[in-house]
Amino acid sequence: MALRAGAQSQAARNGLKEKVLTLDTMNPCVQRVEYAVRGPIVLRALELEQELRQGVKKPFTEVIRANIGDAQAMGQRPITFLRQVLALCVYPDLLSSPDFPEDAKRRAQRILQACGGHSLGAYSISSGIQLIREDVAQYIKRRDGGIPADPNNIFLSTGASSAIVTVLKLLVAGEGLSRTGVLIPIPQYPLYSATLAELNAVQVDYYLDEDNVWALDVAELRRALYQARDHCRPRALCVINPGNPTGQVQTRECIEAVIRFAFEEGLFLLADEVYQDNVYAEGSRFHSFKKVLTEMGPPYAEQQELASFHSVSKGYMGECGFRGGYVEVVNMDPEVQRQMLKLMSVRLCPPLPGQALLDMVVNPPAPSDPSFQQFQAEKQDVLVELAAKAKLTEQVFNEVPGIHCNPVQGAMYSFPRVQLPPRAVHRAQELGMAPDMFFCMCLLEETGICVVPGSGFGQREGTYHFRMTILPPMEKLRVLLEKLSRFHTKFTREYS
Amino acid sequence: MTLRALFLGQGIKKPFTEVIRANIGDAQAMGQQPITFLRQVMALCTYPNLLDSPSFPEDAKKRARRILQACGGNSLGSYSASQGVNCIREDVAAYITRRDGGVPADPDNIYLTTGASDGISTILKILVSGGGKSRTGVMIPIPQYPLYSAVISELDAIQVNYYLDEENCWALNVNELRRAVQEAKDHCDPKVLCIINPGNPTGQVQSRKCIEDVIHFAWEEKLFLLADEVYQDNVYSPDCRFHSFKKVLYEMGPEYSNNVELASFHSTSKGYMGECGYRGGYMEVINLHPEIKGQLVKLLSVRLCPPVSGQAAMDIVVNPPVPGEESFEQFHREKESVLGNLATKAKLTEDLFNKVPGIHCNPLQGAMYAFPRIFIPTKTVEAAQAHKMAPDMFYCMKLLEETGICVVPGSGFGQREGTYHFRMTILPPVEKLKTVLQKVKDFHIKFLEKYA
Repeated sequence: MALRAGAQSQAARNGLKEKVLTLDTMNPCVQRVEYAVRGPIVLRALELEQELRQGVKKPFTEVIRANIGDAQAMGQRPITFLRQVLALCVYPDLLSSPDFPEDAKRRAQRILQACGGHSLGAYSISSGIQLIREDVAQYIKRRDGGIPADPNNIFLSTGASSAIVTVLKLLVAGEGLSRTGVLIPIPQYPLYSATLAELNAVQVDYYLDEDNVWALDVAELRRALYQARDHCRPRALCVINPGNPTGQVQTRECIEAVIRFAFEEGLFLLADEVYQDNVYAEGSRFHSFKKVLTEMGPPYAEQQELASFHSVSKGYMGECGFRGGYVEVVNMDPEVQRQMLKLMSVRLCPPLPGQALLDMVVNPPAPSDPSFQQFQAEKQDVLVELAAKAKLTEQVFNEVPGIHCNPVQGAMYSFPRVQLPPRAVHRAQELGMAPDMFFCMCLLEETGICVVPGSGFGQREGTYHFRMTILPPMEKLRVLLEKLSRFHTKFTREYS
Repeated sequence: MTLRALFLGQGIKKPFTEVIRANIGDAQAMGQQPITFLRQVMALCTYPNLLDSPSFPEDAKKRARRILQACGGNSLGSYSASQGVNCIREDVAAYITRRDGGVPADPDNIYLTTGASDGISTILKILVSGGGKSRTGVMIPIPQYPLYSAVISELDAIQVNYYLDEENCWALNVNELRRAVQEAKDHCDPKVLCIINPGNPTGQVQSRKCIEDVIHFAWEEKLFLLADEVYQDNVYSPDCRFHSFKKVLYEMGPEYSNNVELASFHSTSKGYMGECGYRGGYMEVINLHPEIKGQLVKLLSVRLCPPVSGQAAMDIVVNPPVPGEESFEQFHREKESVLGNLATKAKLTEDLFNKVPGIHCNPLQGAMYAFPRIFIPTKTVEAAQAHKMAPDMFYCMKLLEETGICVVPGSGFGQREGTYHFRMTILPPVEKLKTVLQKVKDFHIKFLEKYA
């Protein structure tokens, strides 16, 4: 088709070689978004993998992706029972197969009956299948020693991430000096900083105490809050417990202090608890914010606003790809809760397979069920191995002069601090790179090990870290830790 | 409306025995069966032990193995790359190339998404910028699928309405586009033009000439084109054919095909598959600035990846059994049965509605909805407005209370001032649909008598 007659001059006037959508014309908030977990270092890792595939010679034979909390990608097996139930839901013909245990079939039938058209292919209501939300409420009640949860306060979501974003969206308002500020831990999981950038909210950093196993100190919360009031309106406080990237498991006293602080200062609490099943350290225990809040009694229990998040991606399940999760809201204004549901309804519903998996997670085989033994064995295997890897990682890193690794009390990462010689810091600055990014890039190029620089999570000025997962299989992890340690020693020598 | 429908299921005596949810395009909820092959492959991917089972055909196993091998740890449980599993994007590109008669698609321009809604929302997010009079304006059809107005509102962008021509089978008229964009330039910076083809709620399938006119208009006015094509498999009228924006753009020659920025969307939720719950979809982007593509991946990476099971479902949609394969016959039969059934119901609905005095229904050329116009007496309009209700909301509420039939008022989609409509799906099984249509007819006649 030729150009329409008379359109030529218009074309020239329009300067049509110039695009509608460029860096200059795009949403500036989106431009400010960064997400280090899949950022530049991972892009480089992908390139290196490509080069290896093309036969380019490297000082390593494989790239090890120790950058992301994806257990199954590193060889962890899915839990058999979960996949059996899901397969039965996906293809109900299998309900007549002798190869599936009765309890799995019963679960599948129960879920399917609650689905539109008895199929995972139908939309659910936007908050998720009613029955599953009831099961989540029961789980929370059991977990919290009998403290009830209301299914109407539970919203299933596409991973915990989507629920966190939804709650933050509701919170962000105002302009200029009264623009919403949100307190986030430093170091943090960069979903938070990315979302705040996207929403053009004000990020308010509070520092975790590295010298004290990354503990949360209310005095530091207070410092951050009071300073923030100068330039924004702080309205929310995010806590990640167990922590990511730091792995600390907060004490009950700490959680009480945080709740008291949030109440006194009028802050909405977001409790990211996706690692609640990943607690390894002897003296550590998971205390849910919901439980502590309730046990603190009035006025906290009836008035403090709280949103707690969980996911199927972590724990012993590692079902990242299914994007399953939920949020429980407590003491949320009913009108706001309606608005939240309205917001969720625009995306219709979370994926049904993820909802079904979540149901299995909160409603696993009971001791009297045929699948119980295998389920328990598989679950314990995963958790015991993670605990062993957590300990090993801490030990090996702490043997290296110039690396200091806090105990990995929970979650699935180590976040060691590394000493970098001044010449290396200088070189990094010459290259326009954060010093720990420079360190991690060199590590990647020389060993194929991909970890994420601490600058991607935030850290105290002048300190350097990296986050490495503890997910590779034990033997591989051992090799990794050794290689990394040797590299650090070499790097230090080279730049001294 | 849906909340009210939910309340009605509570054991109280009513003039009906069930609530009929004709409000949402959810085929399987209304009894449509999933495609066997698709579910077989999905089951194999979910629980790979089944690869040893004699109850699954080889071609399904082959597809499953291919998908799993492309997944981290050979499992659907791993995150994929944020753009989606590589081999699935390649399959999508191959599908598009075949669909478009050889017009090539580049896998690098394909992004898998959590349903089409996610892709549409993401692209709009990147596009919206500026302040005051230079705030981004987004042109959307009236009537529209209200994802668009919702996202525009959420992003605080400017909604720019262009009216589809009801007198002309809901055709898109470029003069109307021109009118809308000129008026909009007064108070915003119109940058985006959204087209839904086949249309929702209107069901029209745009002619090729119309699509060319739209592309030329977008080129002239420097607009970024969004082509929502999720109903591309739902075309019923024998006089109509689906023409993809991508194909038409390419065939218009390099001045257009090298310059017009386009994003086209597809989904696993509609078509003959109806796999709404899996949240599978993709978008193909054309002529995006490479730096923008980088920004797009960065934005998507924050949410990690779309559900891998939805990606797998999409793979089977774009890579179905072919003649010669073991599963082909059953697959083909099931697919044709669904589509034939939908076509029958489309005609049935149009015909029945047009027999009712006071209802006029345009032909359902495609998609899965009827959007009939209802003539509401003036007194009723006034009564509704006294209740602070849109007149068609009033009508639909009464319909629900008296018959249990849940449809969505036209005011939810937008319509010309002073006109009233409702959107009803054609998804209930044929016999039930006939009953529903009869009930609507009876209700409407009674309504006119009562409120005239």
